[in-house]
Amino acid sequence: MSEQIEIAKAAIEKNCRLNDIDVNLGQLQLSVDPANLIQVIDFVKNDPSCEFKQITDIAGVDFPENEKRFEVIYHFLSFGFNLRLRVKTQISEVESLPSITSIFPAANWFEREAFDMYGITFTDHPDLRRILTDYGFEGYPLRKDFPLTGNIEIRYDEIEKKIVHEPVKLQQDFRNFDIQSPWEGTKYLDKEAKESE
Amino acid sequence: MAINTNIEETSPELERLKKLYADKGFVVTSINNLINWARTGSLHWMTFGLACCAVEMMHVGTPRYDVERFGAAPRASPRHADVLIVAGTLTNKMAAALRKAYDQMPEPRYVISMGSCANGGGYYHYSYSVVRGCDRIIPVDVYVPGCPPTAEGLLYGLLQLQKKIRREGNIKR
Repeated sequence: MSEQIEIAKAAIEKNCRLNDIDVNLGQLQLSVDPANLIQVIDFVKNDPSCEFKQITDIAGVDFPENEKRFEVIYHFLSFGFNLRLRVKTQISEVESLPSITSIFPAANWFEREAFDMYGITFTDHPDLRRILTDYGFEGYPLRKDFPLTGNIEIRYDEIEKKIVHEPVKLQQDFRNFDIQSPWEGTKYLDKEAKESE
Repeated sequence: MAINTNIEETSPELERLKKLYADKGFVVTSINNLINWARTGSLHWMTFGLACCAVEMMHVGTPRYDVERFGAAPRASPRHADVLIVAGTLTNKMAAALRKAYDQMPEPRYVISMGSCANGGGYYHYSYSVVRGCDRIIPVDVYVPGCPPTAEGLLYGLLQLQKKIRREGNIKR
């Protein structure tokens, strides 16, 4: 397996325009520019020494402090060689990535999920709309600046006879548990015990 | 609207009738008791499994816990059901469907809220996508606590519901 990973690595290094290539925990990891994404993914799918025929997932990460705010990570599996591959790319809030649905049709819903959760747009996607959140949902819940409880909550209105959306009004305030470790317990309890002695 | 259901204890007339007919192959009871017996003895429940609680709800239906002893059979359609068991996390997207299912149930209808999530949001109380308790959407009769409640817990909840129906003792719809 380790031999095959070197062969695949050499092939990718030779034929793709990469920013970085690395083997981490026995898995290949690439960093590419959005402009080269299609070419790289097309290569790793079809090259006989790679054969990354299955897309496992597309993950998004939000780094609000970075100029290129979003990192998008494509996960692939090669069942011919039992290898895994990650392809990382970064984009800013206003840029969009090329869709890879022309290469991997399974990426369709993954890209919709990334759009739903982070607001990352994909050009040439056949049907880029929300997939998981409520109908008419506003905002992108996995962005760091999205409030945990969201902006609206729902209830059934007996007078209107329908479900109504209202701004969030928490009955129970958010609680911050001051616990270092669930096994050791809290420090202030020890302190109080000493003071009472 | 409390109607005394223990007519046997209070009415000497009924005692006399009972004695008269007991050895002639008749049972004398009040119409209230008869209706309550019928109503509590066939609480067909609609499966509204939303999360892990649904697995415990399935256990209740299996021979080990055997909720059918109490005349309660699972129904797949709300139009056949008397009880709606909300088993699991109710999300905002699912809320409209839950209300729709509830509205389709014939009267008299009852609701059991099963587990922390259905009772008050539970683990997902602060989430942007979860309803903080299914009683925001439909009226609930019995809350079963637990995460998830055991099958015995749900069975006990069903018995509590029977008790509640018996106590109401009301044939009014």
